[in-house]
Amino acid sequence: MTVADIVKALDLKVLSGAGGLNREVSGGYVSDLLSDVMGKADAGQVWVTLQTHKNVMAIASLKDLAAVILVSGYQPAENTAQQSEEENIPILGTDMSAFEVTGELYTLIRK
Amino acid sequence: MNRYRADLHVHTVLSPCGDLEMSPSNIVKRAALKGIDILGVTDHNSTKHGALIRKLAEKEGIFVLCGAEVTTREEIHCLAFFENDDTLEKFQQYLDTYLADVWNNPSRFGYQVVVDENDMIVEEVNRLLIAAIDQSIDEVEEEVHALGGLFIPAHIDRPSHSLISQLGFMPPGLKVDALEVTGRTTPEDMVSQFPELAPYSFIGSSDAHFPEQLGTRMTVFEMETRSFAEIKKALHREDGRRVSVLTDRSRA
Repeated sequence: MTVADIVKALDLKVLSGAGGLNREVSGGYVSDLLSDVMGKADAGQVWVTLQTHKNVMAIASLKDLAAVILVSGYQPAENTAQQSEEENIPILGTDMSAFEVTGELYTLIRK
Repeated sequence: MNRYRADLHVHTVLSPCGDLEMSPSNIVKRAALKGIDILGVTDHNSTKHGALIRKLAEKEGIFVLCGAEVTTREEIHCLAFFENDDTLEKFQQYLDTYLADVWNNPSRFGYQVVVDENDMIVEEVNRLLIAAIDQSIDEVEEEVHALGGLFIPAHIDRPSHSLISQLGFMPPGLKVDALEVTGRTTPEDMVSQFPELAPYSFIGSSDAHFPEQLGTRMTVFEMETRSFAEIKKALHREDGRRVSVLTDRSRA
C-alpha cells in the first residue's frame, strides 16, 4: 500500500510533499510528543499528529516515515510544509479527529 | 565582578497550582530569608503579580525580573522576562489575546487570584491560566524579543511540557537567551545528550509553588551590578560575565 492509496481511501488532502505519494506504507504511529516519536516510530509508518512545528519534518525524515497526517484541520507551519516538499515526505490533512482517522487507517492497513 | 544568587522561576498564588501562602508579601519575606538577590516572577501565562512583588522586594534589596511562564501551542513551558512596565503590559495583552478561552474550575485546578500587599484579593482570573496560548514556540520567542525581553525554555529535561519532550530536540534557528534545567540532570549531562545545546547558558531554579521551595535551586550570576542589561550580558557570557547553576554541593 502506498501513501496515495491512503489519500484516496480516506479522502485526505495533500498539503505538501506530493512527490512522496508513491512511498510504501508499513503501518502507523500516533503521538503528539516528538521525543516519543523519535524513540518509537518505525520506518515506513504513517504518523498521525496535531503538531505542526517544523521539527515534525526533521523527525519524519530522521525516522524515514512514509507520511504525516495532521488531524482536526490543523495546517502545517510554512517552514514545515517547505521541508516536506524538500524531503518528499507528504503532509496530509483531514478534518477528522485523531481517533476517527486512526480507526479508519488501522482498518485499511490491516486488510 | 559580584556574585548574585538568583531564583528565576517562582509561582505565586495567581497560578492555579500556586499555594495560597504564595502571596507577593510572603514570597518577598521568604526570599529575603533565603538570601535570594534576584527573583523571577513567573506565573503561568500571566504577569499580574510582577509589579507588586518588585515594589515590595525593593525594600528588601531584592532585584525582581517580572515575567511569566508561557505555555506555547506545543505545550512547551518557556520563561519570559521584561525590562519595564510598558513591555510587561504589552506582553500581558499578547497573552490575553492568545490564551485559550477555557474557564478555570477552582475546585479542580486551584484558585487564580491577584492580591494586594495585605494579601487581600483584588481580582479573580477566570480564564484557565495553565491552558496553552495559540502561538508556536517560534512566535512566542519572536514576540518576547520584539519587546526586548529574555526568552528561556523552562525545565528542558522534564519528560512533560518541555522543549525536548514536546519537540524532540532544539529547533535550529530558535533564539534562546538561556535554558533551564531541573535538579534531575546537570547542564553537562544535557549537552552530552544534545550537543546542539552546547552554545547556551543554563540556569537552575526552584519552580517554587510553595513557600518552603523558594531558593531550593538557584543560579549564580557573576556580573558588575544587578540590572536587566547585566543579566542579559551574563546569560550571553559577554564581557566576562557568566552564570552557573548552584548545586547543593557547590553551596556547601
